[in-house]
Amino acid sequence: MTEKVPVIEMRDVTKVFPGVIANDHINLAVYEGEVLGLLGENGAGKSVLMSILYGLYQPTEGQIFVRGQSVAITEPGIAIEQGIGMVHQHFMLVPVFTVAENIVLGSEPRTGAGTLDMAKAVEEIKSLSEKYNLEVDPRAKIEDISVGMAQRVEILKTMYRGARVLILDEPTAVLTPQEIRGLFKIMRTLTEQGVPVIFISHKLKELMEICDRVTVIRRGKMIGTIGIEEASPEKLASMMVGRDVVLEVEKGLAQPKEVVLDVKNLHAVDHSGLPVLNGVSFQVHAGEIVGIAGVAGNGQSELIEVITGLHKAKSGAVHLNGDHITNHSAKEIIHKGIATIPEDRHHRGLVLDFSIADNGVLGSHDRPPFAHWIRRMFAAIRSYADKFIQEFDVRTPNQEVLVKNLSGGNQQKVIIAREIGREPDLLIAAQPTRGVDVGAIEFIHKRIIEQRDAGKAVLLISNELDEVMGLSDRILVMFHGEIVGELLAEEATEDELGLYMAGAKRNTPPAEGG
Amino acid sequence: MEILSVALFASTIRAAAPLILAALGGIFSERSGVVNIALEGIMLIGAFFAMMISYFGAQFGLPPLVSAISGMVGAIVFGFLISMIHAVVSIRFRADQVVSGVAINILALGLTGFLLQLIFQTSGNSPSVPNLSAAPIPGLANIPIVGDIFFNQPPIVYIALIAVPVSSFVLFRTPLGLRLRSVGEHPKAADTVGVNVFSLRYLGVGLSGVLAGLGGAYLSIGQLNIFTEGMTNGRGFIALAAVIFGKWNPWGALGACLLFGFADAVQISLQNAGVNIPSDFLLMLPYVLTLVALAGFIGRSNPPAASGVPYEK
Amino acid sequence: MATSEESTRKSWRVRVMLVISPLLQGLILPVGAIIMALLVGAIFILVIGKNPITAYAALIQGAFGDVFSIGETLENTTPLILTGLAVAFAFRAKLFNIGGEGQFLIGALAATWVGANLSFPSFVHLPLTLLAGIIAGGLWGGIAGFLKATRGVHEVISTIMLNFIAIFFISYMVTGPMKEQSALDIPQTARVAETAQLAKILPPSRLSAGIIIALVAAAFVWWLLWKTTVGYEVRAVGLNFFAAEFGGIKPNYNMFLAMVISGGLAGLGGAIIISGLFLRFQHGFEPGYGFTAIAVSLVGGNNPPGVVLAALLFATLSQGALGMQNVAGVPQDIVLVIQALVIFFVAAPQIVRALPQWLEKRREAAQAAAEGAQLEGGQA
Repeated sequence: MTEKVPVIEMRDVTKVFPGVIANDHINLAVYEGEVLGLLGENGAGKSVLMSILYGLYQPTEGQIFVRGQSVAITEPGIAIEQGIGMVHQHFMLVPVFTVAENIVLGSEPRTGAGTLDMAKAVEEIKSLSEKYNLEVDPRAKIEDISVGMAQRVEILKTMYRGARVLILDEPTAVLTPQEIRGLFKIMRTLTEQGVPVIFISHKLKELMEICDRVTVIRRGKMIGTIGIEEASPEKLASMMVGRDVVLEVEKGLAQPKEVVLDVKNLHAVDHSGLPVLNGVSFQVHAGEIVGIAGVAGNGQSELIEVITGLHKAKSGAVHLNGDHITNHSAKEIIHKGIATIPEDRHHRGLVLDFSIADNGVLGSHDRPPFAHWIRRMFAAIRSYADKFIQEFDVRTPNQEVLVKNLSGGNQQKVIIAREIGREPDLLIAAQPTRGVDVGAIEFIHKRIIEQRDAGKAVLLISNELDEVMGLSDRILVMFHGEIVGELLAEEATEDELGLYMAGAKRNTPPAEGG
Repeated sequence: MEILSVALFASTIRAAAPLILAALGGIFSERSGVVNIALEGIMLIGAFFAMMISYFGAQFGLPPLVSAISGMVGAIVFGFLISMIHAVVSIRFRADQVVSGVAINILALGLTGFLLQLIFQTSGNSPSVPNLSAAPIPGLANIPIVGDIFFNQPPIVYIALIAVPVSSFVLFRTPLGLRLRSVGEHPKAADTVGVNVFSLRYLGVGLSGVLAGLGGAYLSIGQLNIFTEGMTNGRGFIALAAVIFGKWNPWGALGACLLFGFADAVQISLQNAGVNIPSDFLLMLPYVLTLVALAGFIGRSNPPAASGVPYEK
Repeated sequence: MATSEESTRKSWRVRVMLVISPLLQGLILPVGAIIMALLVGAIFILVIGKNPITAYAALIQGAFGDVFSIGETLENTTPLILTGLAVAFAFRAKLFNIGGEGQFLIGALAATWVGANLSFPSFVHLPLTLLAGIIAGGLWGGIAGFLKATRGVHEVISTIMLNFIAIFFISYMVTGPMKEQSALDIPQTARVAETAQLAKILPPSRLSAGIIIALVAAAFVWWLLWKTTVGYEVRAVGLNFFAAEFGGIKPNYNMFLAMVISGGLAGLGGAIIISGLFLRFQHGFEPGYGFTAIAVSLVGGNNPPGVVLAALLFATLSQGALGMQNVAGVPQDIVLVIQALVIFFVAAPQIVRALPQWLEKRREAAQAAAEGAQLEGGQA
């Protein structure tokens, strides 16, 4: 049997950034008609590797071969010429431009006089759309279309430029389980049409479902490439992490007591007046973990912001231990007893240019013992920081270090130490382990369960179904700004939750109008 | 009592012309993603070098028209050069664009004062030089009313008026314009499809240098025939206000500039007609209007999304 | 294995380095920028055929040559310290206060009014006069702060607009309602009363006690920024609006507050320049301190101690400039050029490094070419 020439081959590719080796002599090959998975944890180097392939970075060492020919891909233009198409994790679409304008940008069709020929563009898009079954509205503005359509636009962008291999970087983070199946169908169509796909992900189950082979990267080094017949989620996980990973969370039974958080019929709109919360109602008891599952963008973020006083509720009520706190200020709500681990630690959670100590008192900085009137009491601040650094095992030379110099996991620990240290009645944990390495994930999960066992109420919100299913005692599902499903964790299955998440099923009464 | 006269409207157009040119320049720069508050400084440089080149042209015995046109070209060239300092500092070195703009304004003031003193031994008015005053368009200038307002103006005014539809066309109907705008809205997206973010931003800033420089030339050799220290007198900032007021659109900016030009022109008319509004309040008008507009009905004005943010690969 | 004595000594040295190193690093940039700017200035001077050494010597002489000059330089430093503090404080909230000039002038006008029209014993009148400047400046800054906090109006634009509005408003006042009633009909206000004047502390120069007030203000701002919750909140808002909000801080309120404090500082500067120097407001008075203050704050690292030093530097430049023009024949506007260059070099520090890097690359390329030629020559 003859040696097949790989469509793309990366040989000994190495990329060094100041202080870190992002890719260390990696070998990767993609053959026609296959879906190759690229697996690694956050920060393992998968995106860097693909960025090199796409010409956004230059390799420090190593070579790239396209159908056997060595190519120097110094910029995306060349990658595109070589038929390499990439759909990035964060969409690269200009919000105020139309779908058509985004697709043709950089390769615009022109009239004889040299002006933009948008009519021709729309025509060409329509025919591509039909060929690959990628439905889009060419004249709609990106800021007005759905996430699913935006993803199809991104794929069309590559097809428009004649892509013969497609790279998908974490495409499923924003999709429901059903939409994910739709994407997999599109991927199969593409491979049958002769376009191989590189599928970057850290989701073991998805890789198992769609890939033919999987290449695993850990800390910049290639661990190996394994055919799907020999692979299993456990094997992939241990290749990814380097040791045997316990995929289950260990916890005892819950002992829920009185109602701590009571949310009734909450309605809210976003800054352009569109409704984001459509009558949310639920309760959280002391001593239980309530998990909210759902695809990102169904109102979870806004729900947290309304509860914590960062966003106005249009109508409805929020009570904490019987106290009315709806639309009170964030400061008041903090002091009444709600602590939050925010979903984006760089956006909400930390002032990156402040020290660990200064971040540690954020929210309590203006009260005794950390301040008397407007004077800050540094002795108290410093001893508090020393205490939590030790207790939460934050790896740092000292407490004056600016938080931006800590690793993601340690940054998250600072936030958790701060929030738990307030001894709140309600702990809200939003995406608590996003971007955190596996060792720290276990630590964080343990601390959350500890809070529950100490009698606190915990509200968990996560896009990772595994995390929600593993940690929660009760699971609620949010869809289009409402709670559409309530299940006990031990009875819930992923498929059933997927149906709720996609709005195809509900077991709660419809909310009253806002 | 005749306040609204043909002469008033003609003056309005003349007052608006330098603003229009500078505002168009500001639009190209900001649309490509580079904030440019240095319009004032670039105009001043344009005004100075227009005068200086025209002066030396006359010294070398060139006919006045040639001297004056050389001055105009000089303004464009030096306006471009100064804008390139802003471009390099903001794009290549990724400095804060507002800070760079402020520095350019100070640099322009210093440089023009320095050269004025050095070459002409004065800190006030330069000597008079050949200029480009009113050039009526044959035939059209004779149309009653409209002829006097639009077709009996200095040449730079004609350029300013034509530049508006041309700019709009380039921005919205050509591939170049699409790419320029993409670079100001979402440079990473543009980069990933092979659009050259950096060169388009240099182009945007360069155009602002050319246009604002030309606007400055009008101040010294269009409506006058001398250069005075600091003669831009805040017009670059009014142009900036017009960019915002006009929502980064050439036609919108035209409207804003005409409005501001009107306020400037009417202030003199009112004084001559004996109306007792202190001129200071009328001179204040463009600034108050902009403030009100920003706070009031224009409210959330939406600049290009990536404006002001240096691009890093 | 190090002995315990060695390691104690080492750790002592390490600790000293930990403290000094950031200080040094903080200084390298502004000092480097100033030196580079002076070098480029020297090139300008050479190009026009003058001697940079005599020019800069004339500058130093003009600024520090005798008691009178020293006093004048220090008197020039006072308004720069205060407007510099204004810009620096606003910067901490990530606000770009370009309106220092307007706030300064409005403060000066208010102080003039109180000083010229009211009558109190000195220990009441003087503080009242200065207070008027603070309040007026604070109000003027507050307008921009309010617009930003409530309507999201970008402070760069609003403060620029407010500068012009201030100038025209003041022009109206000084030629109208506040004009001095005298036979001479000069467009200026009445003179400020003796009881509202700051004492001169270094005759024969015009240096007033204002410099002491400015230094006290710098100390106060330093304390406010680094030792109080006010400073903590303002800095948090400036570094991360959203995290500050999350932590219960009210970002919009803090931005407003920052602009009020900023305007108040600039207004105090205006009050002092009237009360300590000019004693009346003349039509067309526009000294430009508010703009130089931007350079002062940047060079000073947006920190009160740095602002004081940078203010002294820029005052030296402007005071010495006239001497440079008269004695060495270099047009005085060159100090504006130097000022602009300093801003460029501080704002884009990589420029300072770019030149040696470029030279290094050229040297390497030349070496490689030479070696290549040698090899070929050897093979021939």
